[in-house]
Amino acid sequence: MVQLLFFYFALVVIGLGLRIVTAKNPVHSVLLMLVLFFHMAGLYLLLNAEFLAAVQVIVYAGAILVLYLFVLFLVNLREEVKVSPFIQKGRWLGIAGAVALFITFLRGVFSFSLGPHGQYTIEKIQQMTHTKAMGEAVYTTYILPFEIAGIILLVAVIGGLAMAKREK
Amino acid sequence: MELLWILIKILIVFAVVMLHVMYATYFERKVIGHMQVRMGPMRVGPHGILQPIADGLKLFLKEDIMPTVADKKVFYAAPLICLISALSAVAVIPFFEGFAIANINIGLLYIFAMSSLASYGVVLAGWSSNSKYSFLGGLRSSAQVISYEIAMGLSLVGVMMLAGSLNLTDIVHAQMKSPFKIYLIPQIIGFFVFVVAMFAETNRTPFDLPEAESELVAGYCTEYSGMRFALFFMAEYIGMIIMSCLAVVCFLGGWSGPFDVPGIPFFWFILKVYLFIFLYYWVRATLPRYRYDQLMALGWKVLIPLALFNIVLTGTIKSIFG
Repeated sequence: MVQLLFFYFALVVIGLGLRIVTAKNPVHSVLLMLVLFFHMAGLYLLLNAEFLAAVQVIVYAGAILVLYLFVLFLVNLREEVKVSPFIQKGRWLGIAGAVALFITFLRGVFSFSLGPHGQYTIEKIQQMTHTKAMGEAVYTTYILPFEIAGIILLVAVIGGLAMAKREK
Repeated sequence: MELLWILIKILIVFAVVMLHVMYATYFERKVIGHMQVRMGPMRVGPHGILQPIADGLKLFLKEDIMPTVADKKVFYAAPLICLISALSAVAVIPFFEGFAIANINIGLLYIFAMSSLASYGVVLAGWSSNSKYSFLGGLRSSAQVISYEIAMGLSLVGVMMLAGSLNLTDIVHAQMKSPFKIYLIPQIIGFFVFVVAMFAETNRTPFDLPEAESELVAGYCTEYSGMRFALFFMAEYIGMIIMSCLAVVCFLGGWSGPFDVPGIPFFWFILKVYLFIFLYYWVRATLPRYRYDQLMALGWKVLIPLALFNIVLTGTIKSIFG
C-alpha cells in the first residue's frame, strides 16, 4: 500500500514537473505547481514527516506560490510566452550538457548507500510526534546551521527593505 | 469496519455543516433585519423559515453564464478550490470528546494550510474572469489573506506553547487541566488578535474589501452566476464556521462547559460556535468598512507586533512558572 502510494506520488510529481515547464500559460504553470506541492507533501507524509508536510503546504503553496502569482499578474503575461533562445545555435550544446548531467545523476543514484542509523526511529518519532522530534533536533544538535540560515534570511529581509526604501 | 465508520462520520459532519450553512444565511438576514428594525425574510414559510431552500433552488436552476474571454479551465476550477479547501478543514475539528473525523497531530497547521489554499480560489477566480472588478477583488483578497494569515498564525502560537501540542483534541484537554479552564484569560491578547484576523481571513465586514459592492460590484465573483456563485457563497460561510470552531477549540475550551448536558455532548461546543457566528452578524450590522491602506496598516503595524509581544509574554511567564 505504502509502495503503491509512493509510486503514485512520485510519478505525479515527475509528470507535473514536465507539464509545468512545458505549459504555455504561466498561470496554468502555477496552478499545476500547486498540485505538485500537495503531492510532495504526500511524499513527506509517507516518511512520517507530518510537520514538514504541513509546512510544505503552508509556506510553499500558501505563501511563495501566491507571490509568484502576484508577480505574474503585475507583469501581465496573459498571452503565450514566446522566447527566442538566448544562445544562438546553442541547441546541441544544451543537449550535451543535459546528457552529461543525467549521466552524473544516474551514477550518483547507483552509488547510493545507506548511512548509519540515527537515534530517531519510526517508533520514536511516532511516540514523541514529529513536530517535537523536529524541534528538538533543530534547537539542539543543529542549532548552528539553523541560526546561520536565520541570519541569511534576515540579511535578505533587510536587503529587500533597503531596496524598497531607495527613492528617499 | 473502521473505514465505514469514518465514511459515516464524514457524511454526518458534511450534512450538519451544509445545513448550518443554509440556515446561517437565513439567520444572517434575520439578525441584521432585526438590528435595522426590519423583519427580514417573512414570505416563504412561517417567519420565512424555508427561505434558504427557496434561495438554493433558485441558484441551482439559474443559467450558468461563462464570459467569452474567460480562461475556461481556471474559471471552472476556482470555486471548487474554494469550497474543497473550506470543507477539508472541517475534518480535523473535534466536536466533542473523541469525535473528530481525523484526529491528527498537526491539526492546527492543517487548518492553516487549508485556509491559505482558499485564497487561490479567490485570486484565480478574479484572474480567470478577465474583468477589471474581479481582478481587483482577487488581488485585494489575496494580499489581505496573506497578511492576516501571519497575524492569525502568530496569535495561536501562544496557545500552542501553553498546550504543548498542535493536536486540537489535546489543546482542549490541556485547557480543561489549566487553572482558568479556558485559554481566553491567559491568552487575551492572542484572542483579540485572532478574532480580528478571523474577520479578515473570511473576507467579512469590516474587512470585506474584496467584495466591496460600492466600488467593485461584487469583487472576485462578479462574473459568476447560478451554482458557481453559490459555491463561493457556501465556501465563505463554511470558512466562518471553521474560524468560529477554531476560536472555540483554541480559546474557549472546546466542548467543555460549566456542567455536563446529558445526551448532548456537543451542546457547549455548538453554543459557543453560534455565539461567534452571531458576532460576525453583529459586527456586520455595526461597523463600516475599512479603507485598504488602513486594513494593511492594522494588520502589519498593530496585529503582528501584538501577536509577537504575546508570544514573548507567554514564553516569559511559562519559563518562570513552568
